[in-house]
Amino acid sequence: MKLLLTSVEQGLIFGILAMGVFITYKILDMADLSVEGTFPFGAFLFAKFISLGINPILSTLLACLFGSLAGLLTTLLFTQLKIRPILAGILTMTILYSVNLKINGRSNIPLFDYDSVFDLGSTLLVLIIIALLVKVLLDLFLKTETGYLLIATGDNEALVKSLGENCNKYKLIGLMIANGLVALSGALMAQHQGFVDITMGASIIVVALASIIIGDTIKKKSSLLKSTTRVIIGAIIYKIIGGIAIDLGLNPDDLKAVNAFIVIAFIAYNNVALDLFKFNGKGGGVKNVTNTQPVQELQQRY
Amino acid sequence: MLRIRNLSKSFNKGTENQVDIFTNFNLTIEKNKCTAIIGPNGCGKSTLLNLISGTFKADDGQILLNDKDISNLTEEKRALFIGRVHQDPSMGVSPTLTILENMSLADKKGEGFSLRRLVNKDRIPKYVELLKDLDLGLENKLNTQVKYLSGGQRQSLSLLMATMKFPDLLLLDEHTAALDPKTSHVVMMKTKELIEKYKMTTIFISHNMRDAIQYSDRVIMLDQGQVILDKASKELTEEELMDIYRRKLDEHLLH
Repeated sequence: MKLLLTSVEQGLIFGILAMGVFITYKILDMADLSVEGTFPFGAFLFAKFISLGINPILSTLLACLFGSLAGLLTTLLFTQLKIRPILAGILTMTILYSVNLKINGRSNIPLFDYDSVFDLGSTLLVLIIIALLVKVLLDLFLKTETGYLLIATGDNEALVKSLGENCNKYKLIGLMIANGLVALSGALMAQHQGFVDITMGASIIVVALASIIIGDTIKKKSSLLKSTTRVIIGAIIYKIIGGIAIDLGLNPDDLKAVNAFIVIAFIAYNNVALDLFKFNGKGGGVKNVTNTQPVQELQQRY
Repeated sequence: MLRIRNLSKSFNKGTENQVDIFTNFNLTIEKNKCTAIIGPNGCGKSTLLNLISGTFKADDGQILLNDKDISNLTEEKRALFIGRVHQDPSMGVSPTLTILENMSLADKKGEGFSLRRLVNKDRIPKYVELLKDLDLGLENKLNTQVKYLSGGQRQSLSLLMATMKFPDLLLLDEHTAALDPKTSHVVMMKTKELIEKYKMTTIFISHNMRDAIQYSDRVIMLDQGQVILDKASKELTEEELMDIYRRKLDEHLLH
């Protein structure tokens, strides 16, 4: 039971991380690797602010706000200096590694002596409220004019230009929100585990992608289940699977490889296996056409 | 009215692969008229459209739209008064968004995009009316994602979106070339209806001689960055046009 509770709690924290990565990976269709640096960046920023005597809620919010600057840096690198987005993300991540060490002058900071946002009530309840708040705000944003242009930028830049808008502006907005959410998630993780460590961002992008991909697989055809909800559920399932694996005796050292295998397995299932199972031995031709709607429409028209 | 003055454009400038597409090119396109531009591949048709829309920057010269110099404006700024439909049906729409969402985006063009809700329910009757005019049944599919539409349906929607805010100039870049003959005809008819209804100043690029004569008021033939024919469509026949075209192609083959 304790294991399940911890998995759900961490799943909610990673759900916020995954919502951030969802914006870059799914909406803008780009791999922003800077999040590997932004996640610990959020945690180190929180440690700095809380040690300065700022209250935990404000410290968490400030970590989120400053974390979004990582998105600004990555966007400037690829829009102004024309560095490929994937390399721009890696460069930001590399810069943040040194920045993270500089913020507090240490690579590991215990936080047990400080207050945290979880002092406000039960940890699970606080996390549910924060995750839901982020989800609702993101959903509302994606319904605004700016939100739709963010989606259109990932979809078809030519359309955004034809509407008289600059795509780079929307990439900047997307990356700043994404990195802000990743930093928020890092700050929450630091408070949840009670310490900050320089390695906490390593291969975090795999965790985020796994959550997104698992979320995508749930009730694929349901249009009622919003993408943001899927991402949170995906992150929780992912953490539960990982928790059970360790409980069953998996060596934590092997966890990263297992993480990668989970991602590979889900992507392979979506890309390859589904097609294989669907293949029913029929060839082409009119007899095997199952979707007759276009034909009927054509017949009606002519 | 669109006036192009002393326009020059070269690619790979300063290298041994330099290609001079236009040198001191001049052209005037009349207001409220549809002008077809035809010519063999590499004659500069698409480059001309890209120079007008701002996708390419001219090396020299001026482009004046309704007496306003637009030469130094970015592609995005020019898009506020120039509508364009591309050859590829997926270029003018956002495939993961619904028809309603795509039309709502086009409806906001030029008004600025803020944190207000995009889809305005009060505007839906207007969209339905516009879609009904297309006669493709799209008015019943407002909540369908555009990726599920056929090429012809997408191109018709692109056309509607590009013309929704009545641009000062409409550019049609072989917009029916990727469609089958029947769909191409349907889209061309819709295009003609729209252009005539709203008296839009239009430049229409085509490889189809019959379309060029049938759907435009004036036909211009380009070859190596020069206007080699400029006539009112009603004074031309398809055979005459084909003849000139063939002669030009033969000349290219001989040289």
